[in-house]
Amino acid sequence: MRPEQGTLISRAQAIAALVELLTDQPVIICNGFPSREAHKIADKPTHFYMIGSMGNAAAIALGVALAKPNKQVVTFDGDGNVLMGMGTLATIGALKPKNFIHVVFDNEVYGTTGNQPTISNVVPLEKVAKAAGYLNVERVLDRDDLVYEFTDMLKKDGPSMLLIKVNEFAEDAGRVLHEPAEMTKRFMKAIE
Amino acid sequence: MIDSGAFVQAMQDMGVNFFTGVPDSLLGGIIAELMDRRLYTPAVREDEAVAMAAGAYMAGKIPAVLMQNSGLGTSLNTLISLNVIYRQPCILIVSWRGHGGKDAPEHLVMGEVMPQFLDTMKISHRTLTEKTAMEDFKWVAETFMKQRIPVALFITKGVVKGLHP
Repeated sequence: MRPEQGTLISRAQAIAALVELLTDQPVIICNGFPSREAHKIADKPTHFYMIGSMGNAAAIALGVALAKPNKQVVTFDGDGNVLMGMGTLATIGALKPKNFIHVVFDNEVYGTTGNQPTISNVVPLEKVAKAAGYLNVERVLDRDDLVYEFTDMLKKDGPSMLLIKVNEFAEDAGRVLHEPAEMTKRFMKAIE
Repeated sequence: MIDSGAFVQAMQDMGVNFFTGVPDSLLGGIIAELMDRRLYTPAVREDEAVAMAAGAYMAGKIPAVLMQNSGLGTSLNTLISLNVIYRQPCILIVSWRGHGGKDAPEHLVMGEVMPQFLDTMKISHRTLTEKTAMEDFKWVAETFMKQRIPVALFITKGVVKGLHP
């Protein structure tokens, strides 16, 4: 059964709920629909939208987190992205940055390329993260649990992973139109 | 032969303050020195190291990534679709395995094509020698500042002191 039974929300609804709980934390957002949707829902200078380098969102966020240990750093990631860069779960688990929160939208498909299945329906990514050394991991299926767990993670030392099961719905969101080099400048200024 | 400590000091003098990468035997001495100075964050894949360096750059650091040249193949997409288009520079310290056709078979093809490979990607590169070391480091620093994309410094066998002299 895909998506997992009991999954109620879309990724866009999840992003909207998360953005409401965030203030000025840097957020690294993986390529594909997550970036497009986050850009449509709330375009903030603290958002770094990836348009390529699939699999690297968590590694970019880790670099920010290590360089700014007093700033909480968040990454919005996807199941296909996490699977592609799964070694980074080990790097994060080993280094244990306290200021690192990894949000994974898990819809069990490569949504941007036409909903081909990933393998996250049989590989629970939050358990992989836990085994790798993440301190807090949660898997949520609805908005209330998402808000409760994310609020809790914002108060705790990490590394933490919040895996949100979402359905396959993709918002009608166009490409991110900021020029990449301008995004770098804007993000750097915002997190100074 | 350049002492590993002198190499690391030269990098630090240039302002490099974030070091990550994946080891190679030719880089063993440099990595040991970086670990002694508590400056090294180990990565598990070269593209991860490049992405981590990009994050550190955006958070105000001057990053360097150490890798064997095989790792350039692994990093190709990240270098192009992250560093180059987003203008996120780093210093790539790359061991030149397969240099001059003398190495294990898996290194020979990359060893032969590496300079052209980086030329095609429009990533500037230079090979470190003991005689020109000061100029080489100066060139790296200037190119980093000017181009705002990765710049590569190749390390051939016997130029920087390794773990096993």
